[in-house]
Amino acid sequence: MSTPNGAPDPSSDRLFTGEEMELSFGPQHPATHGVLRLNLKIEGERIVGCYPIIGYLHRGTEKLFELHPFFQNVPHTDRMDYIAAATNNLAYVGAVEKLVGLTVPPRARYIRTILAELQRISSHLVWLATHAIDIGAMTPFFYCFRERERVLDLFEQYCGARLTLNCMRPGGLPFDLPAGWADTCRRFCEDYPAKIDEYEGLLTENRIWKRRTVGVGVLSPEAALDLGVTGPMLRASGIGFDLRKVRPYEAYGEVEFAVPTAQNGDTYDRYIVRMAEMRESTKIVLQCLDLLPATEGGPIMAKRPRVLKGPKGEVYHGIEGPKGEIGFYIVGDGTPNPYRCHVRPPSFMNLQSLPDLANGHLVADLVALIGSTDIVLGEVDR
Amino acid sequence: MSDGPSAVGEGGTPAPPAEKPAWERDPVVPEWRDADDDPLAAALREALPEAIRSVKTFAGDLTFDVERERLADVARELKTAHGFSLIVDVCGADYPNREPRFDVVVHLASLPPDRAYRVVRLKTQTDEATPVPTLTGVYRGANWPEREVFDMYGVRFEGHPDMTRILLWEGFNGHPLRKEFPVEGIDTGAAIYSEHYGETMGPVAGTGTGWKPPKPAPPVSDETEEGGAK
Amino acid sequence: MGLKVLDEMGDSGAIESNVLTTTYDKIFNWARRSAIWPMQFGLACCAIEMMAVLDPRHDMSRFGAEVFRATPRQSDLMIVAGTVTEKMAPIVKRLWDQMPEPKWSIAMGACATCGGPYRTYAVTQGVDRVIPVDVYVPGCPPRPEALLWGLLHLQRKIDRMTVAGGAGAKLVPRIGEAKR
Repeated sequence: MSTPNGAPDPSSDRLFTGEEMELSFGPQHPATHGVLRLNLKIEGERIVGCYPIIGYLHRGTEKLFELHPFFQNVPHTDRMDYIAAATNNLAYVGAVEKLVGLTVPPRARYIRTILAELQRISSHLVWLATHAIDIGAMTPFFYCFRERERVLDLFEQYCGARLTLNCMRPGGLPFDLPAGWADTCRRFCEDYPAKIDEYEGLLTENRIWKRRTVGVGVLSPEAALDLGVTGPMLRASGIGFDLRKVRPYEAYGEVEFAVPTAQNGDTYDRYIVRMAEMRESTKIVLQCLDLLPATEGGPIMAKRPRVLKGPKGEVYHGIEGPKGEIGFYIVGDGTPNPYRCHVRPPSFMNLQSLPDLANGHLVADLVALIGSTDIVLGEVDR
Repeated sequence: MSDGPSAVGEGGTPAPPAEKPAWERDPVVPEWRDADDDPLAAALREALPEAIRSVKTFAGDLTFDVERERLADVARELKTAHGFSLIVDVCGADYPNREPRFDVVVHLASLPPDRAYRVVRLKTQTDEATPVPTLTGVYRGANWPEREVFDMYGVRFEGHPDMTRILLWEGFNGHPLRKEFPVEGIDTGAAIYSEHYGETMGPVAGTGTGWKPPKPAPPVSDETEEGGAK
Repeated sequence: MGLKVLDEMGDSGAIESNVLTTTYDKIFNWARRSAIWPMQFGLACCAIEMMAVLDPRHDMSRFGAEVFRATPRQSDLMIVAGTVTEKMAPIVKRLWDQMPEPKWSIAMGACATCGGPYRTYAVTQGVDRVIPVDVYVPGCPPRPEALLWGLLHLQRKIDRMTVAGGAGAKLVPRIGEAKR
């Protein structure tokens, strides 16, 4: 590839020939969305190898799960995917309910669905804000966080916390909705589609955005399934698999919504899918708000023993989180603590696809790719 | 729905009172059941007769207990013949009172539109010294979960391309999720990173508030709490 | 220039409107506190609340601290937002060493203060075991207003610095100073 005197061969299409450099991208880096380290082998600007090193946020959550009773583990689940804490809570309490045999009352189901979909909106807002600012578009960051503050206000009115919510319990919910919450939520949902139009107006037809994202990191559907990728990444590759439709849980069986998919599996398609998901989430919340008044005054917690003991058995329960399938594998042993509680984190599996996606691209494309995989290191490392 | 008797019932007996909804009754705790009559179990037993030790369900989850050496074969059969194309997870569990002590648990899923959605669990047992065949030849996505099982439990996977620790660092002392590993750890900072921390700085295990992990709760009487708490 | 010019001006206010009397300490401290450049060092959940401090509602740029630098070499303040694990701790130390003096640090959140809810094998029980910390902001995660409180507290701390003895961040506790 290089000519005999060592000069680069002009007929070769490699940008830079003959010298590979190893570069450590992270763990402190503005674009890695947390403490992710990627050992890159690059030739000039082109990546020829990518080896992720994770574990910089491993906190021993699974060990802590075994030390606390079932209801005390809910705050630990918040802190894994910290951008979408309510979906973590929902997956965990769903798994405990499956293990113990609890049935959740309808009012609690609708409220839990509303909280999960609001959390999906707020997670996608953070995704859009950080993804756009990494690529260079600063304005969406401020717009998205402006809307996210309204969602966080709703959560704060409900359970007192903005980020690490602890808003669900095995069997139902700890509190009922405060007065006026449903109206505030409805007003937000009615205002929100116009805001999504604002973000799309900034980015969707933007030439620079398209040049940075179209064709970058194409993930084929077979590779996606083989790697265990789920969520919007899988749907952008053409497989319309969404646990909310395939195995409806909570109130998803009673509401109408579409599952957006795309065909090409590149970064631009993942962007389109997530923007469409935000619109669908708004529809789901509005429908659940319409279903709520019929359950006014109903119970929000199932009848359960005061000390919840797990039977000697094991369950796996997965739900569709904003990043993919988040699941809990819980083994009970007759005591109030889980014997083993393992988390199936979507970002962990999605991140495995990054070396394949990054190969052959430029370092600048890697930044766009990390944003479009939408990883949260708290979940990857637990 | 059968064309049932009228509300008054046969022979004039009064109709039973309306059933309370499920969330107001005591929870129905699931139980282990044998599932040899499941069609998937029958098909697998036919294809790989000595690989499947038992088939059970618990709370609707189908669980295959698999011979350790045949784990990859069973997974391959499920992928190619039955359409379980998504690898959900590979994890481990530790039962120190049992020989062999470690469980390796694999969850696989089949998806629409080709198949109905179904999740199955494959379990196998191993001990510290015996490796388990890797699933990376069948599903590339098993790579990192298997590294995590090695990191947390010390179970090796034979044929894995990169059998190294993933969440903890090279030289970490112990395998944390084993039941005898203390939650505060054995060595900490000053022992590991002495060239960075020097002698006086850095975290030291056992210092601080003297917090100890709580003992499991003693058995208490099961007083049920009335549903309908608002 | 000289007294002659001032005489011709005929304005006794010329000195007040043209000459500023102050101390080195006041000027340097005022400059340093009003334009703190934090380093982007979000580790975990607190990083999201740190990002929320920059959003239009909480707006850290009112306090001069909106320019988050990616590199430690150009920043003054390391906001350790999130859990410091044992694997990450040497890197925190290295980044701290790479920051030029004067530099400050805020331990944001329970994990950076004392390990938080994670008293486990992989978590450093507080970042102050690795770097010196100026302000601790409790919370899990602290609200953005709490981080702003921490920043203002740090600004008051910077006001008490003195340049005597070099560029290091030396604090002079003044006798009789009112408690804040």
